[in-house]
Amino acid sequence: MRLRSFVAAAAVTALGLSLAACGGSDSGDSSGGGSGGDQTLTYWASNQGTSLDNDKEVLTPVLQKFTADTGIKVNLEVIGWNDLQTRIQTATTSGQGPDVLNIGNTWAASLQATGAFLPFDNDAMTAIGGKDKFVPTALATGGKEGEDPTSVPLYGLAYGLYYNKAMFAAAGLQPPKTWEEMVTAAQKLTDPAKKTWGMALAAGSYTENVHFAFINGAQNGADWFDKDGKPTFTSDGNVQGVLRYLDLMQKDKVANPSNAQYDNGTKSVNDFATKKVAMVINQNNADSSIVANGMKAGEYGVVPFPAPQGSPNQTASHVAGINLSVFKNTKHKDAALKFVKYMTDATTQTTLGKPFSSLPVLKDAKPVFTTDAAEAATFQDVYNTKSKPLPLVPAEDQFESTVGKAMNGLFAKIATGGKVSADDVKAALQTAQDQVAAGS
Amino acid sequence: MRDTKGFKAYRAVVLTVLGLFVLVPLYVMVTSSLKPLSDVQGAFTWWPSHITLDPFVDMWKTVPLARYFVNSTIVSVVATVCSVAIAILAAFAVSRFRFRGRSVFTTTVLSTQMFPGVLFLLPLFLIFVNINNSIGVQLVGTRLGLIITYLTFSLPFSIWMLAGYFDSIPRELDEAALVDGCGPMGALARVVLPAARPGVIAVAIYSFMTAWGEVLFASVMTTESNRTLSVGLRQYSTQTNVYWNQIMAAALVVSIPVVIGFLLAQRHFVAGVTAGAVK
Amino acid sequence: MAVVTDEAPAATATKPSRRGLDRRPGLSRKLPYLLLAPAVVLELLIHIVPMLVGIWMSFVKLTKFFIANWSAAPWAGFNNYRVAVDFHNAVGEGLLKSFGVTVAFSLITLAISWILGMAAAVALQPPFKGRSAVRTLFLVPYALPAYAGILTWNFMLQRDTGAVNHILVENLGLTSDRPFWLIGGNALASLITVAVWKLWPFAFLTLMAGLQSIPRDVYEAAAVDGAGSIRQWRNITLPALRPVNLVLVLVLFLWTFSDFNTPYVLFGNAQPPAGDLITFHIYNASFLTWNFGSGAAMSVLLLIFLMIVTGAYLIVTGRRSRRA
Repeated sequence: MRLRSFVAAAAVTALGLSLAACGGSDSGDSSGGGSGGDQTLTYWASNQGTSLDNDKEVLTPVLQKFTADTGIKVNLEVIGWNDLQTRIQTATTSGQGPDVLNIGNTWAASLQATGAFLPFDNDAMTAIGGKDKFVPTALATGGKEGEDPTSVPLYGLAYGLYYNKAMFAAAGLQPPKTWEEMVTAAQKLTDPAKKTWGMALAAGSYTENVHFAFINGAQNGADWFDKDGKPTFTSDGNVQGVLRYLDLMQKDKVANPSNAQYDNGTKSVNDFATKKVAMVINQNNADSSIVANGMKAGEYGVVPFPAPQGSPNQTASHVAGINLSVFKNTKHKDAALKFVKYMTDATTQTTLGKPFSSLPVLKDAKPVFTTDAAEAATFQDVYNTKSKPLPLVPAEDQFESTVGKAMNGLFAKIATGGKVSADDVKAALQTAQDQVAAGS
Repeated sequence: MRDTKGFKAYRAVVLTVLGLFVLVPLYVMVTSSLKPLSDVQGAFTWWPSHITLDPFVDMWKTVPLARYFVNSTIVSVVATVCSVAIAILAAFAVSRFRFRGRSVFTTTVLSTQMFPGVLFLLPLFLIFVNINNSIGVQLVGTRLGLIITYLTFSLPFSIWMLAGYFDSIPRELDEAALVDGCGPMGALARVVLPAARPGVIAVAIYSFMTAWGEVLFASVMTTESNRTLSVGLRQYSTQTNVYWNQIMAAALVVSIPVVIGFLLAQRHFVAGVTAGAVK
Repeated sequence: MAVVTDEAPAATATKPSRRGLDRRPGLSRKLPYLLLAPAVVLELLIHIVPMLVGIWMSFVKLTKFFIANWSAAPWAGFNNYRVAVDFHNAVGEGLLKSFGVTVAFSLITLAISWILGMAAAVALQPPFKGRSAVRTLFLVPYALPAYAGILTWNFMLQRDTGAVNHILVENLGLTSDRPFWLIGGNALASLITVAVWKLWPFAFLTLMAGLQSIPRDVYEAAAVDGAGSIRQWRNITLPALRPVNLVLVLVLFLWTFSDFNTPYVLFGNAQPPAGDLITFHIYNASFLTWNFGSGAAMSVLLLIFLMIVTGAYLIVTGRRSRRA
């Protein structure tokens, strides 16, 4: 009797294994066709739309057109942000990656250091249409200065200060031009008793926090790494910049302490869209979320994220966005470059600009992500003239995680009733700096 | 015997406190899964503003839950079947034979229970990559890789538990089977296994639950094609929203098969878990 | 799952294979090894060899510069270890803090789970109406897949929209200021609560099984001698449960000490220092900063610690590796 169940078990096992093998065959094996017409590229796209499915819907016709033009098939996988970094890591480690993939552009220098990605040398650059077509600051994010970049810009993003027009009008306020005006306006619009706040911050998200550490530091004229790539986290400008941002919750009290739990930008944008807060600082892809949560275009305006009055530097954003990379060990280098060229040409940029709420990375292109001309102009101006790339050093990823998490901790301390002084900020940044130094 | 007043009061207190501790999260899970999205985004309420089954409908669309369900089911079932079969053979050897290396085997296998998963996560990944490069068996990003990994997770505990169970079955029964003309395998199949049925069931449940709930390796070893529920549920927090009602609905649905299976067979599990210890 | 396979009858082809196995001469000496072979091969592949590779990794400089070509990573000697145990620098200090948090988490979770499990097992020892329903209910948190239960707790522990603060502030009025549960100092308490919720049923289950093996008449005899409930528990129940407890405590310790799921699912990317359990800490040290050599060194240290504790525990309790 018992043996029967063994045999049954074995049968089930065999069935399962064959199913498993089926599962494996569609998991992005890039060694498809050899020559000519039936090449297949594997492409990992990042999540830009409202869901992974939405991305797939948007990209599929675009990829089909590419296949029709060139005969090269594209095998698409959309990967959420929670998984993208791990997936890139495992692909780098194993050498089993896609042919082409999206990366967060801030990772570019770190990923370049792995040596797993194809440098865009002169030939490759020519093959994708020449480097002159890109906005120069956008292209600068492609890798370490002075080396051939290992990624090129695909979708441009920039921070802006979103404000609720009706709330501002009701309080007789003008959109802020300086940090001080922003704080004053926010204080006027804050009424904890009515559960309304001047601003929402993604204060529990280390990736958001680190961007503001960077931007506020830059407004003070400070850098996070010196010319030799050594961290300079504890310089006065950085400490004061971080403290200024923390003070929105601590001293100015214009943000709900609950924001310390907001572990992604979505939550603060939702508060803005549902009119619980008057302002939010976010990248321009917030547009799709804002609209999805019930606010109409025209109900909000956007101005550059302001620097303090008399600040030496008017940086309003880092050069945010998504870059496109090619894996060095691709078997289809020419096809991959053709694909990069296609994704970064003017037509495709226009097609994708709207659904993904992205800024064009091409010099002469017009933004199409919004019908609000003033908003479009503001973001394009920030992106092209008021933004600075995050540090282009291999340790950039460590900078993000250590400084970002240090800020998470400081916000948590403020939210739970603690006091954070400049010395506390300095000590936290010193720890972050030591971690980066020990890791390199 | 101990139906004194004091004991009854003690029992009432313990059952109330623990009952609430267990029930409140389950209650929140169930009611939240019946709430419209606006309810779960606002302040908590004990009862939905209106009951809706939409989360149970929408959850299949927001995330490809059906595919993750299939992946988890195949991976867990196959890993369980293999793990139980292998554990039975090994436990039989350990329980019924005296051979060189027996104690080395048992000690080593048991001590692997202690290995922190993070220690061998990346090495295992590298080994899988090398296997793929040298003999062409794709283990990264496939169900096969997950199956092989998960089945070993429950193996040490399963062997230990079953060996304890087998020990408790009198050897005279094996000998009777041998006299009847069975070989050792016949004795295993005809005598030992039927007697150890509760232990086998317990081990199977344990293996299944281990595979169904594994998170660490799934977070690194899965791609879109073999993603399991344990990591798939995270995708309900998207770029635009955190769909708490759908998360709760999905959590409920993925829990039901395991919970029912476990509760149906809990008696055997109790007996199996303690087989090695209570004697 | 054995139940499922039972129901799938495979009618033919059972007998020949059995006869073939029986009649082969000289097999019986090799048989135990053949029986062990699948288990040994898999244990080698998934546990032993990766562990050895992990130890090798802890001695090389496996950073992002070498991860794509890891066989060329330069030898680091004991450097990774030196950094990990240098408690004056940031990395070592972080590891030490995380270790401290983990010890506290592990001991408190273990103690509470055991106490709750024991309390419930004793309460359910004498039969009463509805006993099996209560027992079933108590087992649900353990049967639930870990991530499903933890996600629910994450939802409940939100500051503004969570059930926990609703109960504490609105329903009970214990405090007017809504506490944070997932950041700041309360994070450890939250972590322990969630871990206990998932784990205490296992203690309950095991202890309950142990109680069943105690004959009723022992209690009756004690009651005749005038022993009250508490003395009965101390003089009969506790000693009888000793073998169960020895295993239970060790298993609970090993599980809680290397718990990854709870912090990972509960905190996501925003883990607070008070909830920085060691496996989660090592995972982040490896994957966020791409320093796998350093992560491996920390893992090896963790393994050594667990081995020492387990070894000492087994020696002290005099059980050694009698098992199986």
